Amino acid sequence: MAEILVLVDHADGAVRKPALELLTLARRIGEPSAVVLGAGEAAASVAAKAGEYGAATVYVVDGPEFDEQLVVPKVDALTQIAKDKGVAAVLVTSSGEGKEVAARVALRLGSGLITDAVELEAGANGPVATQSVFAASYQVKSAVSHGVPVITVKPNSAAPEAAPAAGAVENASVAFTGNAAKVVSRTPRVSTGRPELTESAIVVSGGRGVGAAEGFAVVEKLADSLGAAVGASRAAVDAGWYPHSNQVGQTGKQVSPQLYVAAGISGAIQHRAGMQTSKTIVAVNKDAEAPIFDLVDYGVVGDLFEVLPQLTDEIGAR
Amino acid sequence: MTLKIAVCVKYVPDATGDRGFADDLTVDRDDVDGLLSELDEYAVEQALRISEEADDAEVTVVTVGPDDAKDALRKALSMGADKAVHVNDDSIHGSDVIGTSAILAKALEKTGFDLIVCGMASTDGTMGVLPALLAERLNLPQATLLSEVSVEGGPTGTVKGRRDGDAASEQLEAPLPAVVSVTDQSGEARYPSFKGIMAAKKKPVEELDLDDLGIDADEVGLAGSWTLVESADARPARTQGTIVTDEGDGGKQLAAFLSAQKFI
Repeated sequence: MAEILVLVDHADGAVRKPALELLTLARRIGEPSAVVLGAGEAAASVAAKAGEYGAATVYVVDGPEFDEQLVVPKVDALTQIAKDKGVAAVLVTSSGEGKEVAARVALRLGSGLITDAVELEAGANGPVATQSVFAASYQVKSAVSHGVPVITVKPNSAAPEAAPAAGAVENASVAFTGNAAKVVSRTPRVSTGRPELTESAIVVSGGRGVGAAEGFAVVEKLADSLGAAVGASRAAVDAGWYPHSNQVGQTGKQVSPQLYVAAGISGAIQHRAGMQTSKTIVAVNKDAEAPIFDLVDYGVVGDLFEVLPQLTDEIGAR
Repeated sequence: MTLKIAVCVKYVPDATGDRGFADDLTVDRDDVDGLLSELDEYAVEQALRISEEADDAEVTVVTVGPDDAKDALRKALSMGADKAVHVNDDSIHGSDVIGTSAILAKALEKTGFDLIVCGMASTDGTMGVLPALLAERLNLPQATLLSEVSVEGGPTGTVKGRRDGDAASEQLEAPLPAVVSVTDQSGEARYPSFKGIMAAKKKPVEELDLDDLGIDADEVGLAGSWTLVESADARPARTQGTIVTDEGDGGKQLAAFLSAQKFI
């Protein structure tokens, strides 16, 4: 069966959920093998996890280059393995870095590139990817017509399904090409203990209506009662009430959770571009005319400082 | 020595209009007004700031697009860029990002640069891969998705910047020449002044076609594209669900809805 190369994203030895989703999707179009880069001593546990989710082979490459240089070492490794093994497709998670890695790999392989797929299926001429474009107003189906398809897939595009496979570890050595920007220092983001925004099944976001940084406390309390991630609109981020890393929208994170709760968010097109593919949308806003109400499954016209705490209490009581 | 800064910009359909696809499944540019991609305004802004900090610098804006794409160049010129390059050729229509990056790379080589500045993504395709593709094609270091950027030491100096990723914030450094891209966190883009708008009308815009760049027509456009769009279907608009007005029990009603949907 055709070998599908999956770049497995990990953090401190823990496989990130979107990588398990990629392995799950890869099984629809061939036999997945995983690539684990720069995991150091954690490589064995990352490889084992990839095996549990269907990777027949796990290619492991280690070296200081992955930490010291931006993007290029990952491109070197992925390209070399893809060429050596003659794989049928390369799948990467649609993150800022993931898309950059995929783009350069595609060029080196002489391949077409598809980014931000939300669905993947086998087609007559290779994998067919579905994308959601123009603020989710269109569904586009595309295929790669030249070379080995290189496709990036958005987080939350599939539920990870375990499928134990050999997970045979193969150490690969890579010739690094250099000519990359140097990473001079790295400050890890302080964990809030909440789920990752793009990976979470539920997202609760606050906007201009929250009024102040302190106002986000009610948003966070509701999020915690639901086990949700916290998002913010650009207005709230630009006002300095919440970090940019939590911004949902065209210039922030694009999220596609099972449930999206918009609190005090009017629903400008730029925000909708980042959340419109959410399965169920709920909004609370004082302004009955807010455009967000056009797309909700359930909307409450009211003060979020009344409605959210009451909802949080109800959830706590259940 | 003059620090030569090239800014790549894109002319895109206005996101507040009804964007759609033409019969050949390319973006319909006829039915929606176009403008300079908002995210590229940040790139122009950072190029201008770097230029203002340098002893001697020149900012050239470069675009690949149809006739109307001149509007995007004029906007950047009115903000303060010195000159512009417009690659315009009927054969370019329908190029994918791989093809566009090939055209842009050739145009940049012809124009000359010490630093290439891009926006983080276009507001239409939103792929965010063009800066990486340029770095690959031109064999340059990429310092991308920066929320802070500066250049030290002129044309043979160093570009420095901060990249705020999901897991960490990274300080990056690369020798020039290099490719950078900047995010919407890099700093508010300036509004063109009246004087800037008037001055822009007199600034040079160089026109190039594929012949000028030594590119064959069949390498680009729809035919030369390495991806194939099979279908583009409008999604049914979301229909509005239940809307209630809070009269003291809005939170409880919402809880009942979420419970019925098995979220709680």
